[in-house]
Parts: sequence; structure tokens; C-alpha cells
Amino acid sequence: MDYLLHILILINIYVILAASLNLIAGYTGLLSICQAAFCGVGAYTAALMSLKVGSPFLVNLVLATIISGALGTLVGFPSLRIRDDYFVIATFAFQVIAFSVMNNWVTFTGGPMGLPGIPQPVILGWDVNSHGEYLLLITMLAAVVLWGCHRIVHSPFGRILMSIREDETFAFSAGKNVAACKVLVFMIGAAMASTAGVIYAHYISFVDPTSFTVMESIFIISIVVIGGAGSFWGPVVGAIVLVTLPEILRFVGMPSSVAANVRQILYGGLLVAFMMLRPQGLMGKYAFGKGGATQ
Amino acid sequence: MTSLLDMKNLNKHFDGVRALDGFSCVLDEGEILGVIGPNGAGKTTLFNVLTGFIPPDNGRVLLQGNDLTRLPAHKRAQLGIARTFQNLRLIRRLSVLENVLLFFKDQPGERLSNLFLRRGMCRAQETQNREKALSLLQQIGLERKAHDPADALSYGQQKLLSIVCCLAADARVLLLDEPVAGIAPEMIEKILGVIQDLPKQGKSVMLIEHNLDAVMQVCHRVIFMDAGAKVSEGTPQEVRDDPRVIEAYID
Repeated sequence: MDYLLHILILINIYVILAASLNLIAGYTGLLSICQAAFCGVGAYTAALMSLKVGSPFLVNLVLATIISGALGTLVGFPSLRIRDDYFVIATFAFQVIAFSVMNNWVTFTGGPMGLPGIPQPVILGWDVNSHGEYLLLITMLAAVVLWGCHRIVHSPFGRILMSIREDETFAFSAGKNVAACKVLVFMIGAAMASTAGVIYAHYISFVDPTSFTVMESIFIISIVVIGGAGSFWGPVVGAIVLVTLPEILRFVGMPSSVAANVRQILYGGLLVAFMMLRPQGLMGKYAFGKGGATQ
Repeated sequence: MTSLLDMKNLNKHFDGVRALDGFSCVLDEGEILGVIGPNGAGKTTLFNVLTGFIPPDNGRVLLQGNDLTRLPAHKRAQLGIARTFQNLRLIRRLSVLENVLLFFKDQPGERLSNLFLRRGMCRAQETQNREKALSLLQQIGLERKAHDPADALSYGQQKLLSIVCCLAADARVLLLDEPVAGIAPEMIEKILGVIQDLPKQGKSVMLIEHNLDAVMQVCHRVIFMDAGAKVSEGTPQEVRDDPRVIEAYID
């Protein structure tokens, strides 16, 4: 039973991460490979705050969104000057730097040993300690994130984001402050991703750098692409499919050492298959990226 | 008539090519000004400089006496200079209606804080904008296509739609880059009709066009450009009869 709940919790965590990336990459067209880094910022904020300051869960949550949002703004700035592939590399650089800090600043982050013993959250007297309660908490958070995304994408602001994805020049000619919108969406996406990290840290009660690697960022991109970039339910469907699929490997009696590698092959194979056969993903209407202006 | 848009001694060089060479001119209020000239004369560069997509090497652009030269493209659009593009830009995955809606100025729903804190205001304004957009589309007979993707329109309808977008932006100056190029004759008449009506709505128009008949039909005044400079200026008839213009068009 706990196993099933654990899978559901993981799905919800990835729903948050993929939905936040979907805002940046799916709707605004800024492909970013540092979503796991923002998740890590949230996780380490929660870990350090509860271990060193003893601050309660809600404080950690708010602080994580602020710190991650600020870092997101910083990473968003290069998007104003550089485009496409170059921007992807800039986000990759942030991902690498974030990992290096987590891995090497031993006195602060614990380095490769990580930070163990993160206490269970107590929210206004509610002691979250069973898998069921964690599931409730993360589901509520995922619902709030999805609600926020829904409101953003179905709004005039969302319309600007999509116009930036399709044709920046056109958005400029419509009098839209493209630069401000890009930085803003990066800030929001980073802040949202950090909340998943906060819950993850409290849930696992341990953080270490290996959870926030570039592989993890690519996994989040896979969820968005396979689910359907730029579609509202894409990240939800993508997270369900990509988190449950490898679990099936456990039931065919594959030894875990083999399963771990098969998993990577499975993800890679799926991503290639989708790119070739269904580039719009499971839920999407259009292939990832820009449709361009009419010619 | 008073001058609305002032272009003063604009220069722009691209790797040794003089796209604009000391170009000066004035667009008066309520005027339709045609810009003609051979390919590579710098006409589109002029529009790009006016709208802020390309900075001039030197020279100034003034809107009612206010210097715009250093303002970014989106600020100029907000101040009332709208443009269409020669290679027609519209967002083809979005509906016709949404393309128009994008152009309304100062939408409360474009501010993130309003989206979450002042939902009612955002919705009320959006409903109002939708009605305005639909009535604009109705005026040009595209209301039945409002919910189709912009891609589904014919080329001529897309050119019309891009003019409607400028109207939604409530621009005072419309810069139209080849509004009737490559379009069927009956659609040309329709688009020219829309352009001719613009001064009555308080708009001033500058248009680039190779179709001389269309220019003669709608423009109050015409400028002939070559090699980035103004060669000839006057009424459509005067410019048409200018030997330098005749020579350029016969070449």
C-alpha cells in the first residue's frame, strides 16, 4: 500500500516540476534544462532551514519560492540577449553550477553526503507523517500549482507568452514587453519548481546532490514533451506515464541493477519514438517549439 | 494639417550598403503617404527604423514633437505606431480573434498580480475587448472566421487581419508594408477601401507598395525613394510624371 502511495507522491512531484517547465518551455518556447536545479534550490532551502534554523514547513515553502524565484529571474535574463540553442546552453550552465555548489560546498550543503534528518512537516498543528498524509499534502500543492498555471495560460498574459513562442517580432509589434514577460515566466516557473523540492526534502527526510542532476532536468523535459508541450494536461499525463512505466519493470522480475539501466534506455527510446511518431506528445496539438509566423 | 510623424536625417548603413542616406520626411495628420521605389531602396528599413526594430546610425524620429529615437519597439507600438510586415506576420496557431485581442493596449490581464488579485477587472476588460475585436472583424467581414486559426485565412484575408490588428492597438500611425502585394484583384479593392477609410477614423497611414495603381488610388502624397534617399516627392500624379521615377520603373 505504501508503495502505491509512494508512486502517487512521486507522480505529483513530477506534475509540479513538469507543469512549471511547461509554462517556460511549452507555452513561452524557452527550452530550459535547469528545472531540477530549481527543485534542488527548494529542497536545500527546506533542508537547511529546518535543520539549522528549525523553521516550520510553511516558512520554508515561502522562503524557497522567493529564493528560487530570484534565481529564476537571474537565469531568465540571458534569454533577453541570446536565443534558442545558446539559451539552452545558458540554462545548462546554471544546472551545472547549481549541482557543483550542492556537491562541493561541503560545510554548507553537506556535499556528496547530503543533509540527513530533515524533520517531518507540521502545518498549523497538522502533523504530516504517514504516506497518506504526504500524498494529501503534495496533491493539494500540485492542485494549487496547476490552478495557477491554468489561470496564467488562459489569460491575456498567457496570450503574450504564446505569442513570444510563436513570433517574438510580432509580439514586439503588438506593443508587448517581451523581455519583462520572459523574465517573469522564468521567475514563476522556478518558484513553482522549488515547492516540489521543499516537499521532496521533507518527505524523503534526506537531500543529496544526485537527486538534482542534469539527468533529472532532462527527465522533466521528457515528461513535458511526451505529455504534450504547451497543453494544459500534458504534464499530468506525461508524469503519470513516465513515473509508472519503469515501475512495471519491477514486476517482470528484472534485477534492480539491470532495471536501472533499462529505465534510462526506456526513457531515451520513448523520447526518440515520440519525436518521430507523435511530436505533439500525448495531449498536445502541436509539436514542441515554435510554429512561426504565417508566410 | 499638422505634422504627426517627423523623420529627420535618418541614416542606416549595413556593411557598406546605404539603406537610409539622410532620409527626411514628414507624415501629416490624417494623411495617406505612399512610399515607392525599387527593391533595396530602403523602404522596409525605413519602417524598421520608425518602429524601433532597427536603430538608425543617426537621425531622429519624432511623434508629435516627442523624440522616439531611443525607445524600444514595444514602447513605440504603445505610443501609437503600428505596423504590418511585408512577409506577413500573424500567429497562425492562435485564432483570428486572439490575434486581434493580443493588440489591445494596457490589458489588466497582462499583469500577473491582477490575474490573481483582480480577476473581475481582468474578465470585464477581456469581455469588452472581445466585443470590440468582434465588431472590428465584422466591419471587414471576418467575424465568421473569428474562431478559426489565423492560418485558415486566405492570404488577402490575413493582410486585412493584420490591418485590423493595428486598429485594435488604437494606433494613430499605421505603417503598412505592401498591403496589397500578391493578392487577388477583388481583395485588393476591399483592402484599399479599408485603407481609404482610415483617415476618417483619425488615423494617418504610410504605405509601401509596388502596385502603382493602388498607390495612385489611395495616397494623398507619394515619396519616391532610391538608394536610401528621397528622390522625388509630391502628389501621386507629380511623382508618376517625374522623369527620374519613370526611368527607375522602366529599368
